[in-house]
Amino acid sequence: MRIAIVDESASRAAVIREGLAALNDCEIFVVTERRGLVARIGEIAPDIVLMDLGNPSRDVLEEYFAVSRVLGRPIAMFVDESDEESIAASVDAGVSSYVVDGLAPHRIRPILDLAVRRFNAFARLEADLAEAKGKLAEREVVDKAKRILMDSRGFSEPHAYAELRKTAMNQGKRIADIAEAVVTAHQLMGGK
Amino acid sequence: MASAAVPGELTIGFLPLVDACLPILAREHGFAEAEGLSLRLVRDMSWATVLDRLLYGHSDAAHIVAPLAIATTLGRGRPAQPLSVPFVLGLNGNAITMRPDLARAVNPARASGGGLGDPAAVGAALRAYLAQTGRPLRFGVVHRYSSHNYMLRYWLASCGVRPDVDVEITTVAPPFCADALEFGEVDAICVGEPWNSVAVERGAGEIVLLTAQIWRRGVEKVLALREPVMEDRRGDVEALVRALRKAGEHFVDPANLDANAAILARPEYLDGNATLIRRAISDRLLLSQGGAVLHYPDFMFQHREAANFPWVSQAEWLYSQMVRWDGLSYDSADAEKAARVFRPDVYRSALLGTGDPLPGASSKVEGSLLKPTSVSMQQGVITLENNSFFDGKPFDPMLLESYIAGQAEK
Repeated sequence: MRIAIVDESASRAAVIREGLAALNDCEIFVVTERRGLVARIGEIAPDIVLMDLGNPSRDVLEEYFAVSRVLGRPIAMFVDESDEESIAASVDAGVSSYVVDGLAPHRIRPILDLAVRRFNAFARLEADLAEAKGKLAEREVVDKAKRILMDSRGFSEPHAYAELRKTAMNQGKRIADIAEAVVTAHQLMGGK
Repeated sequence: MASAAVPGELTIGFLPLVDACLPILAREHGFAEAEGLSLRLVRDMSWATVLDRLLYGHSDAAHIVAPLAIATTLGRGRPAQPLSVPFVLGLNGNAITMRPDLARAVNPARASGGGLGDPAAVGAALRAYLAQTGRPLRFGVVHRYSSHNYMLRYWLASCGVRPDVDVEITTVAPPFCADALEFGEVDAICVGEPWNSVAVERGAGEIVLLTAQIWRRGVEKVLALREPVMEDRRGDVEALVRALRKAGEHFVDPANLDANAAILARPEYLDGNATLIRRAISDRLLLSQGGAVLHYPDFMFQHREAANFPWVSQAEWLYSQMVRWDGLSYDSADAEKAARVFRPDVYRSALLGTGDPLPGASSKVEGSLLKPTSVSMQQGVITLENNSFFDGKPFDPMLLESYIAGQAEK
């Protein structure tokens, strides 16, 4: 079976490709370029097309499927009315799928399920990355606030940290928020 | 992501186009809040995804091209799901922008230093150009089931240019229209703002015609819901209709242009250039690079003359075009289903007693008025202005079947 993954995010496409690589008898093609997309799909002649919901070329591809005589085999959006739940899960995950006419749902579903899992895994990966980045930024701001307290009030480093922590506890806030306020106040007072 | 409905909370999907203005402004200016509604707006990049979110419950309502609401109800391209339209988000607002050399070749007005073309004259020149070059042209529209596609085809066919034969019509996503012109993927585009202006600013195209010249009061985007959702959440939907009318009143007041353009330009909405957006929403267009800005009243039409009223006759006209261009034959059951998508009864019950003008009829002869005409209403009086098609042919919904038969004879 020939599967085309259409995704402008090369890293997500790679994650999905890797997930589908385990399938037997499947040849996988990744298309990340918008330009020439329709011609490329024509060359690939896929049995299944997986496309992310955020892709601006979806309408263009659907139009191509609707009118294409080049393909010879009509392709349509995969909507299995007997299995609303799995289609809803794929929309939730952010993936749409198009399949060639006549392909049995039981052959499509395992592929779609895998793709959905991979889309979800990628979304989690991105969320983790964003959180890690946020934590790093927080650590930086806490370090800055400590330095300000050490310089302006002659505290030792542990003392400066204890002061930030005490204030946060008293005000029911996070240490990072208090540190942020210290840094902002310092900047307002003309500090660097 | 699909969750149980919370009364008073509505999620609305939209594409970043200027005619998504009413839901955005209803939220930003507190008109929704005043009606007890909390609106969440979800931006997407394709109509297919806006529709998927609507059908699978990620959104309760959507800003959508009118013919797509009818196509979805009739099951064109995917299993049928009945949609309902209680409110028209706007009329017209699209333009036909051509490669500069083509624009000059087919627009006599442009050649003599003037502005927009006359639809019949440009059509005749285009026909001659095609005969002379013997090479078909390619036009880009935003969706197969869009008013852009139907207005473009109506104009071409009336001028003796055969869509799909003399001219190829293909789909291009709005944000890439300017690119497609620039790289020669298409010779012309029919798209909403700000995308014509983006092409003009880059020198990739020149605006030749506006869809308001093809049909002076043509239905464009609508607010669509799944029929069962609209029935379940009737109270919230009616509150939304009132909030959207208030947003429209604010939108068309010239005093608010700067503020509204700035809101629409924000990253979470159109993520675009406020100057271009301000121009479009004040009916102003730069037709060609380095030219003068033209003021074309009612280029976009969001409020006056009960513009948001979902006339059943408009749904029926869209059905007539779907039959024509999808190569279907007239089917009275389908015609009825298409007509029922537009719900003037919901619009009326939402606004009864508010003083907003309410038409008494649900259907009218489209394109029958050549001059301003006073019309008495169920509530209030309004003056309807010229609403004609450029070829002067009216559409009488009572004669739907023979109108469709007449189109096929061309």
